[in-house]
Amino acid sequence: MNNVARNQKIAFTCLSVLGLLTVCILIYIIGYIVSQGLHMISWEFLTTKPRKMGSEGGIYPAIVGTVYLVLTTMIIATPIGVGAAIYLNEYTSRGKITSMIRFATEALAGIPSIVFGLFGFAFFVILLKPVTGGWSILSASLTGVTMVLPTIVRTAEEALKAVPDSLREGSLALGTTKWQTIKGLILPTAMPGIITGIILSIGRVVGETAAFLLTLGGTILIPQSLFDGSRTLSLHLYMVAMETGAMDVAFGTAAVLIVLILVINITASWFFRRLVKRFS
Amino acid sequence: MAITEVKQTSPSQAAASSAGQQFQIEAKTLDLFYGDFQALHGINLDISQKQITALIGPSGCGKSTFLRTLNRMNDLVKGVSIKGEVRIGGENIYDKNVNVVELRKKVGMVFQKPNPFPMSIFDNIAYGPRAHGIKKKSQLTEIVERSLRQAALWEEVKDRLHSSALGLSGGQQQRLCIARVLAVEPEIVLMDEPTSALDPLATLKVEELVNELKQSYTIVIVTHNMQQAARISDITSFFLNGKIVETDVTSKIFTNPTHKQTEDYITGKFG
Ligand SMILES: Nc1ncnc2c1ncn2[C@@H]1O[C@H](COP(=O)(O)OP(=O)(O)OP(=O)(O)O)[C@@H](O)[C@H]1O
Ligand SMILES: [Mg+2]
Repeated sequence: MNNVARNQKIAFTCLSVLGLLTVCILIYIIGYIVSQGLHMISWEFLTTKPRKMGSEGGIYPAIVGTVYLVLTTMIIATPIGVGAAIYLNEYTSRGKITSMIRFATEALAGIPSIVFGLFGFAFFVILLKPVTGGWSILSASLTGVTMVLPTIVRTAEEALKAVPDSLREGSLALGTTKWQTIKGLILPTAMPGIITGIILSIGRVVGETAAFLLTLGGTILIPQSLFDGSRTLSLHLYMVAMETGAMDVAFGTAAVLIVLILVINITASWFFRRLVKRFS
Repeated sequence: MAITEVKQTSPSQAAASSAGQQFQIEAKTLDLFYGDFQALHGINLDISQKQITALIGPSGCGKSTFLRTLNRMNDLVKGVSIKGEVRIGGENIYDKNVNVVELRKKVGMVFQKPNPFPMSIFDNIAYGPRAHGIKKKSQLTEIVERSLRQAALWEEVKDRLHSSALGLSGGQQQRLCIARVLAVEPEIVLMDEPTSALDPLATLKVEELVNELKQSYTIVIVTHNMQQAARISDITSFFLNGKIVETDVTSKIFTNPTHKQTEDYITGKFG
């Protein structure tokens, strides 16, 4: 009895030390980058063009590029992904095709992003150049779509699966059609979970470098249309650090990125908590 | 009362019924299979308008299965096949050209566990009417109030119509679900053990409500509670192993059943 209590105590101590360590490392990294970069962040830094290959000046084009890329990617990926999830969860019974699609989405999620980049380069940038304009926001967005689609499908599917069948039955028993039930009850109920997946995907696009290195072109100019090349914050950070060695600009960009990612993650967990609350 | 004529339907009685009175619901030699497993064997049951019919019987005897054949909810279960027919208002609801959505508007259902939708009380009630094309706010408001009043819930919730239905107590949730069904103005209301998840006081309220509803609706209710069946129903049908043992006036079933098995069940010898 005593032994059990002692072991329990030891295990508990070890685990809390490990947990604390993780938190400390995280705080140290974030703290370091923010402390290195925070002094760079100013209104001017956020709203002016870079000078001298980005070693001086602001990061405005990278912000614009990030926003365009995220918007285009999500506008394409969300309807496809949510539609696929609805099809999988509401219209097919768990058969062979479903498990095949599920396997494919899972396998897709495990592929390194540079491979998506290579595919995007060969397919969207080169092969479809007349349509996509070569290195462009469109090429990069389509590449981004292939990357985030598995996440969106999976999270949306989980969210739909979490909606109890008793709700579906309750709705159908009122003489509603299947589509009315999905549109009026199932989707709204699953919405927080679906949005969580979308936000996680936005985070993935914002943080991605490798795939966009091969598809976005990396020009420092402000994009005028979807067919122009551009760079994202992550890409800008990489290029500034590698090509100019201007570490203050790089850390400034990193600080902006981290704040952005934190905001995105906090929003995601807020939505997730709402989802959980809904069913308790 | 006409109900004395509703005994278990032998073929001759079925003939009599088609000649004389028409029942609102008529199940005729109904078989139901879940895959290979036969859950219902040759069910014959006639149900008259504006009466409460109770289905009783031990667990697993097919009460819910039968109830769900009446609004074709079993269509949602994979591998279900059905033989025989169910006529509602004279029309076989398993005919090919029957519109299931229209059928379910006419035949509402209240489930064992209250299943309020995660939205406001108002939106719960307005959900059905909205789906059926009613958009005018004033009309919806009227329907919501009427349905909640019918379900004896109005006084308790009138000040918080726009707060979440999930915040209601279990008994209130069940009455909300009943109100939600009434909002669609069905002719028949099916109830599958509507009080089994409720405490005695909430049960009493729902029972009173069901008794009220009889004025305007035909009610088929599954219950495990003998007293409940005795208290509220006009006709009781006793199910056993997927068959109906007997159907009769409730008072007769509970005082002087024809079959030994019925007597054993209601006196608690098994089940
Ligand atoms: N979806 C299903 N698939 C296969 N078999 C089922 C299914 N639903 C019910 N059954 C079987 O059909 C029989 C009748 O079930 P049913 O739910 O109608 O019983 P019940 O009388 O309502 O019981 P209870 O009083 O416990 O609710 C049972 O043997 C049950 O195991
Ligand atoms: Mg049952």
